[in-house]
Amino acid sequence: MGAETAQGAPWSEQVRVWRTQLDSRFPQVDKVFEACLLDASAHLSAEGVSAYLEQARWLGKMGRGAEPVLAFLEEWPSIAGIVGESALPDIAATLRALWKSPNAKAITPFLQNLAAVARRLPAREALQHYLDLTRELMERSSNSIHGIHKTFASVALPEFFAQGPTLLKNLSIDGLRGWVDYGLRNYPSHPERQRAYFSLQSADSRAVMQRERHGTLLVDNERRLQLYLRGLWQDDALLLPYAAGFAPTEKRQPHYDAQGIHLPDVFDDAAGVAGIDRYRVMLAHIAAHRRWSRPMIADNFSPMQRLAIETFEDSRVDTLILRIYPGLRRYFLALHPVPREDACDQQQVSGFRHRLAMLSRALLDDHHPYRDELLIEFVRFFREIMAAGDSSSDEIAALALRYVARGRRQSDQLATVFFTDTEIDYRDDNRHLWLFHELSDEEEMFSQPRPTVATELDRLPPRHYPEWDYQTQSYRPDWVSLYESLHPSGDGADIDRLLAKHALLARRLKRMLDLLRPQERERIRYREDGSELDLDIAVRSLIDFKSGATPDQRINMSHRHNGRNLAVTLLLDLSQSLAEKVAVGGGEQSILELSQEAVSLLAWSVDQLGDPFAIAGFHSDSRHEVRYLHLKGFGESWGEAVKGRLAAMQAAYSTRMGAAIRHAALSLRARKAEKKLLLILTDGQPSDVDVTDERLLIEDAHKAVEENERQGLFTYCISLDRDADAYVGDIFGTRYTVIDNIERLPERLPALFMALTR
Amino acid sequence: MEKESIVLCDREQFRVLEEPFYQQQSNEVTLYEAAYAARLPVMVKGPTGCGKSRFVEFMAWRLGRPLITVACNEDMTASDLVGRYLLEANGTRWLDGPLTTAARIGAICYLDEVVEARQDTVVVIHSLTDHRRTLPIDKKGELLRVHPDFQLVISYNPGYQSLMKDLKQSTKQRFIAFDFDYPDMALERAVLQGESGVDETLAEQLVSLGVAVRRLKGHGLDEGVSTRLLVYAATLIKGGVAPRDACRMALVRPITDDRDIRDTLDHAIDAIFA
Repeated sequence: MGAETAQGAPWSEQVRVWRTQLDSRFPQVDKVFEACLLDASAHLSAEGVSAYLEQARWLGKMGRGAEPVLAFLEEWPSIAGIVGESALPDIAATLRALWKSPNAKAITPFLQNLAAVARRLPAREALQHYLDLTRELMERSSNSIHGIHKTFASVALPEFFAQGPTLLKNLSIDGLRGWVDYGLRNYPSHPERQRAYFSLQSADSRAVMQRERHGTLLVDNERRLQLYLRGLWQDDALLLPYAAGFAPTEKRQPHYDAQGIHLPDVFDDAAGVAGIDRYRVMLAHIAAHRRWSRPMIADNFSPMQRLAIETFEDSRVDTLILRIYPGLRRYFLALHPVPREDACDQQQVSGFRHRLAMLSRALLDDHHPYRDELLIEFVRFFREIMAAGDSSSDEIAALALRYVARGRRQSDQLATVFFTDTEIDYRDDNRHLWLFHELSDEEEMFSQPRPTVATELDRLPPRHYPEWDYQTQSYRPDWVSLYESLHPSGDGADIDRLLAKHALLARRLKRMLDLLRPQERERIRYREDGSELDLDIAVRSLIDFKSGATPDQRINMSHRHNGRNLAVTLLLDLSQSLAEKVAVGGGEQSILELSQEAVSLLAWSVDQLGDPFAIAGFHSDSRHEVRYLHLKGFGESWGEAVKGRLAAMQAAYSTRMGAAIRHAALSLRARKAEKKLLLILTDGQPSDVDVTDERLLIEDAHKAVEENERQGLFTYCISLDRDADAYVGDIFGTRYTVIDNIERLPERLPALFMALTR
Repeated sequence: MEKESIVLCDREQFRVLEEPFYQQQSNEVTLYEAAYAARLPVMVKGPTGCGKSRFVEFMAWRLGRPLITVACNEDMTASDLVGRYLLEANGTRWLDGPLTTAARIGAICYLDEVVEARQDTVVVIHSLTDHRRTLPIDKKGELLRVHPDFQLVISYNPGYQSLMKDLKQSTKQRFIAFDFDYPDMALERAVLQGESGVDETLAEQLVSLGVAVRRLKGHGLDEGVSTRLLVYAATLIKGGVAPRDACRMALVRPITDDRDIRDTLDHAIDAIFA
């Protein structure tokens, strides 16, 4: 071993000195020590090597076995090569912090993955963010049982280190922070859930990662691309995303089939081309294939011939694209690699792909750098063919076959294929170009859908709604499961009895209702032509006329129809608190009973008015079970069935309001009415058993109300909670009424409704 | 007194003096001439800016008839068409509306965008458009027998009006109809060249852009880009504006506020004008 160090001492001597400096007796270290130091002396300065050994020594002495030392010895030189030696003190600080906490076991995965992480975060500053994030995660995920000291190791930390490179491939450092934050906040005390989240196994973990991704997401731009395809290519194919980037081993290419055009779900900017433009160029290429390419029988060709035909055909459609849309040329040129002519040693590896990529470049780019005679000859042939018109898939295939015959080399048969710079970003996999005669075990034979066993469901499958997390200002995707069902039925006669009790009130309401009933005729004044003379104005005009001024000629009036066009949903909070009793008159009555009376009266009133009206109740038992119970549908009239359901109303569980509002809004939105009103009758603030932060559900409900407003729904709350002022405004803005005197609810509710809809 | 105040206005002012540029799409000119020979009321249908008004103007010039155009709107009343009494210090004076004037002097009366007018306004044309060919002016107590050269033409755009705005069958069935659409590519190119004097390549590019935009109709666009706007774009380019800017200004910004569509069309402009 003739290598020498800077000091000039013989290598073996130097290694021995270093070995002493390391002061470690792990036998595993001996095996790799020399190789590591060779690497280190190549990457590090003399001081750097010394600091390296010092740090390794510390790791060996900390009493966690040989693994941390080995990981550090092996990884640090390459890490230092990326971020520089100066990062060592910061990393050492992190290591020390890990060691002092109960998380020393996580040191090894931390070190093992650090090189891969550093490759994604080459800037020192970004790496520092990563280290800070590590510290924070450690602090927040290590649990303690009694107070101050962190006693239990974090389960999240090792998983986080292991996933680090994958995460950073898809997320920026800010996105990573968001992702970590989400996991910590939502699973603060469930080690198992934490593990699932941080190892990227749980569904929401992936969903949040998807949301935080960098780059241009297909879902965000689907409409834009669909418009592009329709406008520029007169093509209506469906765009279907496939996951790109999650599994690096599985490389998928864009393609199209009977279902539609399959595109990667996310594109980063590349070669100065924005993600959206990469999508557009890809779509242009695929649409051009759909327009100009015709499939061929594949069985007649060797794989190499097929590759050549595909390349020529790709170039043909690109040429045709540029005839219509010459502005795309700069994107093509930017995205098409320029393989170096001498990059590939044709003796050692198969250079066929490489030659085709160069050819493809030359066909696209008039200023290509290649001097190969065969290539230039075929570029000329190609241009001659294209000069004559659109050419065809078959004609171009013939040209490709000639190229293969002329350009064949012995080395093309070699097993190692030269791949560098031969993949053309915007092109699809050309599966549409080939028809196979022999149906064998092709892929599609396996994908026949299996008949599913019909299972008996005792209720409808749940609907999932997001929930707003005000701390991160983002939605938790599909957070709440909502089950809807028909409310069980009771004895409708009870409701009739309640109504009879309020006969007097009902008569008074009736008078108000008659006033409110659609007048259908509205007077329009100041018309030149109209059905009647508007006397006031006619007299005024005459006076003007007599006094010599110009009279107003618009002295008539006419009428127009003005019908009520209103749809209403009443959403009842059926939580446990409704069962409380309040003093009414001499005796006691539960709020539930009063609500029944009020709702019955309201339902009766609205029925009189003829507005479409639905009633539903809700309660919740954690986010996994929000129940939404239909009491009256829009199509139902106020009859025995509805009364029966109202009579069976019961109070139970808690109030998760946001999801219920979202669900009620869904059906209300579908109504075709000019005005849509969502009335919410509640007796307390939103709360649920699995939520400790009381602001959370208030903010979520507020968000749901905002969503409604954006979609043209008017949301109004009637609260029976005397202390509602503290929060109800935060949810409903100014659109609420607090009814302090609950015993007057049956009277107030219909009156309020009428006032709202007058 | 009253009789003198009827101003038989100068029919010459309604003449179309210079030949308007009109590119025939098929045989519509001959057909119109036949319709005019029989004095049949004519309806021209088609999307906005496809050349309806230009066609009517061209025909008036070709036939040598005065042309009186009325742009209809929803506040227009029957008296805006027929005429009204004006109040003066010492009495009243009758003033003919444009429809009455046309009927008196034997002009072609063109009611543009007639669906915009209210239903009760539209019915005053009924007696003019059947065998009677009279116009009762009830306020004045006159039954006007129309001039033999008078013809009524209405235009309407079946694309954009709502359910509430449609012509009644009893109105529709009084007219023979010409259905206009944006001309095909070659013809539209000729129109652009004829109107603005741009060269063939540019006309071609503008037209292919127009075709791309029109494909988005119903997918966020209520109406495709009109030939009129293409002409504007061509005129701007002819006047020295860079093609991209001219197209953005004349073809994209006026027709949409939708960001996705705007981006797509901007990209289309970049793709077409290399």
